[in-house]
Order: sequence, then structure tokens, then C-alpha cells
Amino acid sequence: MQWISEHLLTLILFLPTAGAVVLLFLPSRNLKLLRYTALTASLLSFILSLAVWAGFRGGLTGFQFEEQVAWYSVVNATYHLGVDGISLALVLLTTFLTPLAILTSFNITDRVKAYMILFLLLETGMLGVFLSLDLLLFFVFWEVGLVPMYFLINQWGGTRRNYASLKFILFTMGGSLGLLLATQMIGVVVGSYDLPVLFERWTAITEGSLFGLPVETVKTITFWAFVVAFAVKVPIFPMHTWLPDAHTEAPTAGSMILAGVLLKLGAYGFLRLVLPLFPQESYQYAGWLALLGALSIIMGGLGAFGQDDFKRLVAYSSINHMGFVVLGIAAAARAIGSTTAVMAVNGAVLQMLMHGLSSAGMFFLVGVLYDRTHTRDLKEFGGLYATLPVYGTILLFVSMASLGLPGLGGFVAEFQVVVGSWQVFPLATAVSMLGLFFTGAYVLKAIKKVLTGPFNEKWTGKLNEITARELVVIIPPMILLLLTGLLPSWIMELINQAVSRWFLS
Amino acid sequence: MTIQTLVWLIPLPPLLAFGLIVLLTHRRRKLSHGLAIGSAGVSWLASMLVIIQALRMPKLAQTPIVSDIAWLPLANDPIRIGILVDPLTVVTLFFVSWTVLMIFIYSVGYHNFGQPDGEHDRPGLPPKGAHITDANGQAQHVPSVEPMYSRFFALISLFAFGMYLLVVTDNLLTLYIGWEVMGLCSYLLIGFWYAKPSARDAGMKAFLTTRIGDVFMLLGLAALYQVTGTLNFRATLANPAVLGELAAATSPVLGLSWAGLIAILLFIGTIGKSAQFPLHVWLPDAMEGPTPVSAMIHAATMVSAGVYLMVRFFPLLTAGWQPGEALTPAMQVVATIGTFTAIFAAVIALGQNDIKRVLAYSTISQLGFMLAAVGVGSFVAAAFHLVTHAFFKALLFLGSGSVIHGMEHGVMHTGEHLDPQDMRNMGGLRRTMPLTFWTFLAGGMALAGFPLVTAGFWSKDEILAGAFNGGNWVVFVTLAVAALLTAFYTMRLITLTFLGQPRTTAAGHAQESRREMTLPLAVLAFFSVTLGWVGIPQDFPLIGGILPNWLDEFLGGMLLTHGEAALHHSNIPLWTSLIVALGGLTLGWLAYRRQAAGQVDILERGLGPVYSLIQNKFYVDELYSLVFIRPAVWVSETLVAKWIDLGILDGILHGIANFGLWLGRQLLRWIDLLVITNTGNAVASGTGKFGGWLRRFHTGRIQQYMVMAMFLLILTGVLFYALVLV
Repeated sequence: MQWISEHLLTLILFLPTAGAVVLLFLPSRNLKLLRYTALTASLLSFILSLAVWAGFRGGLTGFQFEEQVAWYSVVNATYHLGVDGISLALVLLTTFLTPLAILTSFNITDRVKAYMILFLLLETGMLGVFLSLDLLLFFVFWEVGLVPMYFLINQWGGTRRNYASLKFILFTMGGSLGLLLATQMIGVVVGSYDLPVLFERWTAITEGSLFGLPVETVKTITFWAFVVAFAVKVPIFPMHTWLPDAHTEAPTAGSMILAGVLLKLGAYGFLRLVLPLFPQESYQYAGWLALLGALSIIMGGLGAFGQDDFKRLVAYSSINHMGFVVLGIAAAARAIGSTTAVMAVNGAVLQMLMHGLSSAGMFFLVGVLYDRTHTRDLKEFGGLYATLPVYGTILLFVSMASLGLPGLGGFVAEFQVVVGSWQVFPLATAVSMLGLFFTGAYVLKAIKKVLTGPFNEKWTGKLNEITARELVVIIPPMILLLLTGLLPSWIMELINQAVSRWFLS
Repeated sequence: MTIQTLVWLIPLPPLLAFGLIVLLTHRRRKLSHGLAIGSAGVSWLASMLVIIQALRMPKLAQTPIVSDIAWLPLANDPIRIGILVDPLTVVTLFFVSWTVLMIFIYSVGYHNFGQPDGEHDRPGLPPKGAHITDANGQAQHVPSVEPMYSRFFALISLFAFGMYLLVVTDNLLTLYIGWEVMGLCSYLLIGFWYAKPSARDAGMKAFLTTRIGDVFMLLGLAALYQVTGTLNFRATLANPAVLGELAAATSPVLGLSWAGLIAILLFIGTIGKSAQFPLHVWLPDAMEGPTPVSAMIHAATMVSAGVYLMVRFFPLLTAGWQPGEALTPAMQVVATIGTFTAIFAAVIALGQNDIKRVLAYSTISQLGFMLAAVGVGSFVAAAFHLVTHAFFKALLFLGSGSVIHGMEHGVMHTGEHLDPQDMRNMGGLRRTMPLTFWTFLAGGMALAGFPLVTAGFWSKDEILAGAFNGGNWVVFVTLAVAALLTAFYTMRLITLTFLGQPRTTAAGHAQESRREMTLPLAVLAFFSVTLGWVGIPQDFPLIGGILPNWLDEFLGGMLLTHGEAALHHSNIPLWTSLIVALGGLTLGWLAYRRQAAGQVDILERGLGPVYSLIQNKFYVDELYSLVFIRPAVWVSETLVAKWIDLGILDGILHGIANFGLWLGRQLLRWIDLLVITNTGNAVASGTGKFGGWLRRFHTGRIQQYMVMAMFLLILTGVLFYALVLV
């Protein structure tokens, strides 16, 4: 028992992997067994992360539930895990969404065993990024997550899956090249990869020269190497074009995880690494980041409005929404040390969670429709509300959450980002309002084409209402979206305490 | 239960009803409307109790009912939300609770509760009626119940929640939440018959047009928070020190003060929500929704919310201004938009033939009156007209719904194919629909400002007086003309609908509506007549001072600088009110009393091409489509999605990829094939040759091997000696 309580994070991290190993030895014909084993493994991970949340002490500084053992002693890299409020919130998001995604995948019949194994490995990869307190370990998990996702898209994806998966993996890996070099360089200079150590020692190096270059130059280059890697993942305009393809071609559950969690890895990188390791550079280049954030909001909104493919529309909406995360982070980088910064980052983190829920929900609902109609073309639908009233109401709800309707979680996040960033970058924020307007436009466009208007007679008698299994997937995120909209403090306490510690002092 | 708790509870019953209907009772019509009306009743009762309690508090303006809780954690100091009941809340709550309850009851009748299901009705389309055989064995075509009956009550309940929330809240953040919840409901309710493309598009138009205003309002909210560090009303609006600072500090935009900038940003939200020029275009189209929805949107709730916001932020808008001084830039903006909209919409109303559209433009125009009053600094007048207008416009919309229902009945009876909303098809309805007629007349007279006996007269008179006494001549004259036009089109509406002879057989067979519909009409008519008497100016000739001008004292107490220009220095505005109201009514009656079926409208004969300009609403919709909507579609579909993303960005990406492929091929060709392969080949063949050469020594003869071994041994020994030992 004690061993369990002392290694909770390790268990959360590797339970999915253990599940994958178990799956390896199960008969591949017994689909039910495979599915439920995968579901159980991911659920166990979720339950343990709830236990961590329950045991988490809000008032403490620093990381909690830390574990550290020697790993790569030649270069002083350790297996160091730990959580604070920000990473715990994202761990909860990951372990919450993965079982739902696996449940969504119950309708997969092709090579179920391989599929489920990859999905569980994917979860470990994502969790590793959020849990790592060692830069090298962070990088390893960062790259590990790519591989299962590549195969999920490549093997179970849509018609253009080869193009999309290759674009996804090359784009992300290409972006990470600089991260790898920068990571090694920091490790060599400081002599450690341990993040708490780096936060003190790397930031303390302000004078002199490294490798024959002035420290400032080296730091600027390293900073941009980090930024590019994370910007690709978020994604920030103009490094976003892998996203619509990957999201659209991935299987439904893959899109849910891509939008729900994978994009957050990039934003998390900014919060966990870029801002603490490079406060000077972040401050200096915050304006550029705000500009790119505003551009992402606008171009994402316009791009989504311009789509006729339902799934592609939802994919573009992620660019639009993640732009707010970037805007909030940029504002915090400039206003660090003030309540404004806390507000902006609170908003950014909550936006990550709420977008995780609403975008996963949207992709799921697109998938539900696709399962029945085998098309994603918005022009093919029309007037489905009368035939699918329950589905229609759910789609409306999740769309409105995605639109940022006050009373649902997305608004609380956007409100904080807008009010926070307006005080730092009023122009960028004001311009972003154009994107916020188009958020409304593309959401209504989707509803218009799918639910309302004259009924497309082609579907008469061919559409079944949403099933019980599908309801089990979609209702939990809906509850959380509503809860956050009405009483945000249930999760904001956790986030605010951590953010205040990082950004107030 | 404390009074604070009671106020907290006011918005909740409708929300609960919404949830219950959606989750549990959506298949049971009676239970659904029971829940909705019950919840509206509970909210109404709570509101009345709160109002009574509040009226007993002597210094309500200075010490209002407040209570708040921490809502959003932020650093060490959470953002709080709460409730506030001050005089403005009281009067707003009064009209909201009454009109909401009446509209809920009316909806039961409007949606034909108790009637049979239509054979061809389906969700998403208006009911087309059912064919039944009556007791005498005769086939009859009768109205059928709305297929989405429960859904309607769920949505209006949510709508009511939004409005109650907005009214009782003490801060801009929750106000914004209520504001947007109503926006969603209005989208869903305008597009209630979603399978009808016109209704669907109207809902979308309403949502997106108001959203333009909303995003600016959000910026206003951010700006307010930035400069004051709070969104609480009283912390800013009842705090002279803060207001003074805001008025003195210059913002970065156009040299406006911060107070002015924030007020203008919030006002853009009002322009959208209260359908002011240039964002007025959504409201006439909103007539696609069921009539009770029109009444909710146009009277009780949504559009009132916009004006309420401006009245609420009056202290901020007028910060640094004293009565009698020149208007501040922000006030000028509000006054100009309000005044222009008042006359602009009144002109368009002249050319409409759809009974609901006339009322829609009339609403836009009347809201313009209120905002003009806010703009010229007449706080009480604006709030007064907001209240009276809510009652008489709700009455008129519900009355028009009753008329349309009666006409539909006639149409079903005669089987004619005509538009039951077109006033040209009506006439003489006063005989067949007397209750509707008399109540409608009360509402119409209030709208026209018929002297003394209608509420609309007193509130409109106060607006004109405010503009006159403040010396804002342009506003005064324009509003006077608009008031004349108002009386004119109101009389046109009444004359064409109720007076004269029926112009169609259907109109002759119209039938009075059910009691669920006429009862709310009567209640609203009562308030449309009597409500004005709470605000009769002290110095009004003859009757002034008989009743105390309660409203002025009650609401005026909220102002930090009391003594706005409400005192009548002159009787000119009074005479103007009288003349424009009576003159407009008389002219309208004279012009339309002899209107015959198929006859061209008298204005059309007189105005010619100008009339078609009016009828087509000055082509504003067409202009927007050309200037905004189509370019926006092109930018997103073609420029962003195709050219930038697929063309430029992916083009660059594919360029890099292709360069990589090309580089790979070149490397293959020049390095791999030329150098490495050749080298490799050379190595391979060299090894082969070497092996062949070596083979010559492998003869298999032991003697030869011995000789070679001896030779190598000696060679090694010599080398060892030479290299190591020497």
C-alpha cells in the first residue's frame, strides 16, 4: 500500500503501458476482452489521478508527489516526476479523456489489439510530458507520443491518411529538432537536466559567453528553438497546416485525443519550460507571440468558416481556440509578477481544459454523424434535428460550449484571457475580437447545415438516434463544461494557486 | 428567509423548469407548460415580494439590497458576483416579471394547447392544422397543436432566466452572462421553426448581428476592469471619486476619456442588442419566430436589456457632465444614434404591410427614443419609457398574434390562400375580435402617445421635455417628427386592421382568440393605461401635483448629481406632445379609413419611388450583403482556406518536401551511384582479385606450406629484431 501511495505518478504513467503489455498476450479474436482491458487500464489511471488530486495540497509551494531515481547518470538525467496545479489539471484532462476515447473506439473492428495497444502507449507518452520534471525525460516522452499517433492515423485513418500522417510526424519532428539541440546544450552548460535545478541555475547565467558566443545570443537561439517546437504543436499560425489534415484523417478517437490533449502539450511546454527558463526572452518577444496568437485566432476562425467538411471545420476551430491560450501566455510573459499575468494564465490553462472537453466532444459528435452517414460534407446534411432530437440538442450544447457561450466553461476561460491580455496587449486583443466573431459564424454555419433547414430526404429512415454507449461518452464532458460555466472554482482553485505561485512573485 | 436570499432565488425557477422540461417532461405537454408557467409564477411572486419590501426601504438608492459570493478565484482576491436591488432594479423587475408571466400564459393558447395533432405537421415547421369531423359529422379544418410544444416552453423558460439574471445582478460579468444566454435563446426561438429556411436564416442573422455588438461590449468590460479593477456596479457607478478619475483620465483612443471610451464600447453592445442603426437589421427578420417570442424579444426582455445597460451605466456615460452643459462626446454618440434610429425606423414602419413588421420597426424607433433620452442626460425619462414601452409593446405584439390567429382561423374556414399577417387582407376585425380590438387600441394609443389617459404619453412627453430643456434642439425636433410618424403609422395599423369593412372573406370569418390569450392582453392593457400616472410632472397644467411624481423621486435618487433637467421651464414640449400625437392619429385615420381591397396605399400614390425606398428598408440589407457578408465569405473560403493555407503555407511545405526529394535523388545519383557504388564495386572486385591472387598459394601441397611458414617465420624474426630489439 505504501509503495502505491509513494509511486502514484509512476503508476498513473505506466498503468496504460502495463495494459498494453497485457493486451499483447490476449487473443486477438476476443474483441470484447481487448476493448474492456484497454478501458480498464485507462480507467485505473484516471482513478489514481483522482487520488492524486484528492491528496494534493493547494497551499504548498513547489511540486508534489515527487519521485526521483537515477536514470541516465552519465549525463545526470534522472527519472524525476512531480505535479503542480497546472500539470495536475492537464493530467486529469488526459486520464479523463482517454477512457472516453477508448470507449468511442469500441466500434473499431479492424486489428483491435494493435489499435488499443497504440492508444494506451499514446496515453503514457502524453502523461509523461505532463509529469516529467527532467528536461531529457520530457523530451523523450514528447517524441514517444508521436509514434503511436502516427500509426493510428496511418493505419486507421481516412482516405488521405498517408499524406496526413506523414505531414503530422515530419512537421512535429522537424519542429522538435531545435528542442533536442537546445535541451542538450542546456544540459551540458548546467550539468543537470533536473527542472527545479534548471529553473534556478539556467536563469542565473546572465553574463559571460558560452561556446564562444555571448550568453544573450545563445539564450535567444535556445529560446526560439523551444518556441518553434511548441508552436508547431499548439499550433500557432503559420505552423498550423498539419493540423487540419491530421485531425480530419485521424479516426474519431484519434481526433479527440489530438485536439483534446496533444495540442495542450505545446501550450504546456510554454508554461512549464519557456516562461520559467527564459523570463527575459519571453518578456522581450511577448509582443510577437501575442501577434501570432491573435493571428491564430483570426485565421483559425476564418479558416473554419471557409470549410464545407464538418470535421475540417472543427479542426480549424482548434487553431482559433488555442490562439487564446497563446494570447494569454504572451500577456503573462510581459506582465509577469502582476495579477494581470495570473488572470491571463488562469484563463489560458482553463481554456486548455475547456477546449480539451469541447473539441473532443465536437470531434466525437462529428464521428457519430459520420458513422451513420459516411460523409462529412456539410452540404449533404440538413434538417436532421427533427430526426435526431437528442443528438441535435447535444450538438447544440457542445457547439455553444465551443463558441464560448457564457454559462459554459469556455466563456470563463476566454473572459479571463481577454480581460488579462487586454491590459497588456490592447491592440492584439481588440483585433482578436474579429476571430471571436467568426467563432460564432462558423459554429452557426455548422448547425445551420447539419441540424436546420429543410430535411434532406436522402436520409429518411437511415439515421439512428445516438446510442447509450455514445451518451456515456459525451455526457461527462458536458457536465464538466456546464459546471465550469456556473461554478468555475471547482477547478480554478487548483489552477489559480499554482499560477499565482509562478506568476505573482 | 432574508430578502437577499429571495433575490438570489428569483432567476432560478425558470432555469430549473428549463432543465426539467428538457430532461424529463419534453414528451408531456401539460406538464411542460405547467412547469414553465409555475416557475414564471414563482419568480413573479418572489419579484413582487422583493419589490414591496424594497419600496418600504426609505433610502433604497443609497443603501440598496446587496449580497455577493466569491465566484472566480484570481490570485489572492477572487472576482465576486452578487445581487443588487436598487430603484432601477425595482422598476425593471416590475415590468419583467409581469410581462414574462403574461407571455407564458398567452403561449399556451397561441400554440393551440388541447387541439388535435395535425396530420401533416412535423417538428421544425409551423402547424398546418388538422382535419376533424365535428359532432355533427361535418369535416372541419381546425388549428393543430405545435409539434414542438414542450421545446418552446423550455426555451422561453431559459430566456426568462437570462433576463432575471441580468436584472438582479450586481456586476457586469453576470449581466453579460444573462445577456448572452438571452442571445442564444433568441437565436433558437427566432429560428424555432428551423426547417423553414427564412426562420433559420433570421435566427442566425440575429445571433451574428448582436454578436458584433457583444464582442465590443466584452472589450468594454475588459477596459472597465483594467481601469477600476472591478466589475461591480456600485463600486464604480455609485462612487464619485472613481467616476471623476475616469472622466479625467484620457484613454488612448481618439482622445476620449476612459469613462467615454468604456461607455461607447458598452453602447456598441446596446446597438446590437437593442437593434439600433446600423445593427438594426436583425430585428425585423426576427418576426419569423412565433409571436410570443416577438413579444419577449421586443418588449419584456432582450431589446430592453440593451437600454437597461445604458440606463444602468448612465453615471459612467455622463461622468464629468453637469445638467445644462454641452454633452460629452460619448453622450453625443448615444444621442445621435438614438435620435437617428428613432426617425429612421419610424419612416420605414410607414411602408410595411406585415402587421408584425410594423411593430418591429416601431420597437426599433421607440428604443431610439429611450437612447436619445439617455444621450441627452434624461435618466428618469429613459427608464420611464423603458417600462411603459415594455407593457404596451408586449401588449401590441401579443395582440397582433391574436389578430393573426383570428385571421388564420378565417383562412382555414374559407380555404383562401392569403397571408394572414398582411394588413391589407384585414379590416373590420373590431366586430369579430372585440377583446383583441379594445386592448390593442389601448396599446396603440399608448404607443402613439394619446394624451393623459395612456402611459406612453407621459413617458414620451418626458423624453421630449428632457431634450428641449437641455437645449438639444436637433434631438427635440427630430424626436417630435418621429413621434408624429409614430402616431400616424399606429393609426394606419389600427385602421387597416380593425376599422372599416373586412377586405377579404377570411377577415370576415376571423374569430376571437381563446381566454389564455385574451386575459394577458387585458392585464397588459391595464398597465399600458395606468402606469403613466406614477410619473406626472409636478408642474403639469391642471392635474400636476394631484398625484406626486413618485417615479422621478424614486429613480432620481440614484443619481449622484440630482437635478437633471426634468423641471419644466416651458410648456412647449407639452404642446408638441399633444399636437404630434393627436395630429398623427387624425392624419392616419383620415388617410386610411376608406382603404379598399386592392387599392394602392395612399403613401405609395403620394411618394412614388421614395415609397419603394421605404418599403425596401433603404436597401440596408442588400448593402450589408454586398459590403460585408459576401467579402467575408470570400475571405474565409477562398483567401484563407484555399490561397493562404492550401496555397502558400502548404505550398512552401510541399516545396521543402519536394526539395528534399530532389536533393535525395541528386545525392543518390551523384554521390551514391557515382562515388559510393563505384568505390564499393572497386572494393568488391579488388577483393575478388586479391582472393584470386591468394588462391595461387593454396595449392594443397604440404611441402609448399612448410616452405611458406618457414619464410614467414624468418621474416617475422628479422623484423622483430630490427624494430624492437635494435
